[in-house]
Amino acid sequence: MNAGKILLVEDNPDDVALTTRALKSHNIMNDVVVAHDGVQAIEYLFGTEGRPASDELPAVVLLDLKLPKLNGMEVLQRIRADGRTRLLPVVILTSSDEERDIIEGYTLGANSYVRKPVNFVEFTEAAKQLGLYWLLMNQAPPQPRR
Amino acid sequence: MPLRDWPIKRKLTAMLLLISGLVLLLTSAAFVTYEVATFWQTTSKNLSTLGRVIAANSTASLAFANEADAREILSALRAEPHVVAAGLYDADGRLFARYPGDLPGDSLPAGPERDGYRFAHGYLIGVEPVAEVGSERLGTLYLKSNLKAVARTLRLSAAIAAGVMAISLLTAYVLAAVLQGRISQPILALAETARAVSTRQDYSVRAPKVSEDELGVLTDAFNQMLGRIEASKEELRRYATELEQRVAERTHELEQRNEALRRNAAELLAANQELDAFAYSVSHDLRAPLRSIDGFSQVLLEDSGAQLDEAGRGALHRVRAASQRMATLIDDLLRLARVTRAEMRTEVVDLSGMARDIAAELQRTTPARQAEFAIAPGLTARGDPRLLRVAFENLLSNSWKYTAKQPRPRIEFGSVEVDGTHAFLVRDNGAGFDMKYADKLFGVFQRLHSAAEFEGTGIGLATVRRIITRHGGRIWADGAVDRGATFYFTL
Repeated sequence: MNAGKILLVEDNPDDVALTTRALKSHNIMNDVVVAHDGVQAIEYLFGTEGRPASDELPAVVLLDLKLPKLNGMEVLQRIRADGRTRLLPVVILTSSDEERDIIEGYTLGANSYVRKPVNFVEFTEAAKQLGLYWLLMNQAPPQPRR
Repeated sequence: MPLRDWPIKRKLTAMLLLISGLVLLLTSAAFVTYEVATFWQTTSKNLSTLGRVIAANSTASLAFANEADAREILSALRAEPHVVAAGLYDADGRLFARYPGDLPGDSLPAGPERDGYRFAHGYLIGVEPVAEVGSERLGTLYLKSNLKAVARTLRLSAAIAAGVMAISLLTAYVLAAVLQGRISQPILALAETARAVSTRQDYSVRAPKVSEDELGVLTDAFNQMLGRIEASKEELRRYATELEQRVAERTHELEQRNEALRRNAAELLAANQELDAFAYSVSHDLRAPLRSIDGFSQVLLEDSGAQLDEAGRGALHRVRAASQRMATLIDDLLRLARVTRAEMRTEVVDLSGMARDIAAELQRTTPARQAEFAIAPGLTARGDPRLLRVAFENLLSNSWKYTAKQPRPRIEFGSVEVDGTHAFLVRDNGAGFDMKYADKLFGVFQRLHSAAEFEGTGIGLATVRRIITRHGGRIWADGAVDRGATFYFTL
């Protein structure tokens, strides 16, 4: 299994708990790093003045769209704009299936768009599929060299 | 300038002069002729008197052949200067005496001519017999008188005639010049008025009326015509003003309406944007708590299910079912909102193909069920393919749903003429509905079946109607309980 971390960008603590539980329940033991808003996500990926970014990029970013401060689309834009994170797999995981969100997400370079089902059993299944696909099946882009 | 283009004044003057001239000429000619004739008569009478006197005096000299005496008598003719020659012939026709004495012999005829007075070679010739009263003829007297006096008289009368004519013509000219004005003045005034009207477009001028004759009638008629034209022009002007006013009013009204429309459009746009923002927010925010409710109920069931009794677990299942049902409701409502605000892109849509696709999809999702689909081929309509697909999905899945308890389900799509309009229909032999509630079919959240009987949110047909309405069409339904339902719609 890919040892990379999962970066979950999600402001709703309930969703954080449920998503983490869903991932764990399928033996996806990878570390889940949670960013509670867009700014935290950017800071984790690119570092801040005091703390440099971690050498290793996450295996996948699970990105919610409606976030405080910096929304998901803006985060995605920043990720795609930077040479180091340009190829980073990003899965939009959100409540909405508004067409304009789907179109904008893919336009900005999202690798996948998954709508969170209300039914937790279905949600767990989706999390499992996501984990299996992005951590096992998918051949991740090579880690950038510093 | 040709005669017919002369000004009327000149024509009238010329006409009057021509007539008076002609009349004068004829009169003068008559006068001169009369004068000459009278003078001629007088002259020849005088000559014949003279002839008879001399002939009477000459009888003795002829009878006694006294030549000197005869010459003496003839020389008395000196008192008559117009007598240029005279001769006395004897009975045998020989010239006996002549006057004047030195007259050449050949100036007189060789022998006596026949008696009488006549003109010859520009002279008046008189031949008078010489005889004693009651005795035989003794000889013949010959007199030759020139016509100088006649010519003088002729000249004089011609001069008089010419003078009279000149004075008369002058008078006629002056009178004509004055009198033609009586006729030409009103005509000229009319012409001047007509010119003023046509050049200045001024219909308020009037031709002055001079007389009560035909020209007066003409002037009156012309003035009346001008009056009528002026009145119509005034009327036209009034109409034009009225029209302008009405146009201005209408324009103002239209501008106000436009303004109201603009305001309405802006309000509508704002409302649409609000709806859009609302739907977007609902789509993102309303489902999150439902996920928590369902998710943590499931967590509770998984982690602590064993510690709960059957009723507790049942309650949790109900919580989960309710939250999932609410999620479906939200999704359906969002779809309805989306149908309302979606931009229409019209093209020709293959409705039969679309119906076949959806039928196949329904069969695929529920392979356990069997239903007969009767889809008429080749039906097309102009519309937005995505919206029409949503409508067809709703209608066909409704039929699919409500025929679930039917042993031989049949679902039909076709077209039919209703009251002269072309309508499409979706018909099934399912649960149907009571026509009493037909008006409730298309309302939001309106359901004619309980959730236990048939699942549903009561939004599907509202969505269908919204789509048909947006296409400018109409939808209505026909049915009976347990006898199936037919949905008709136009596009």
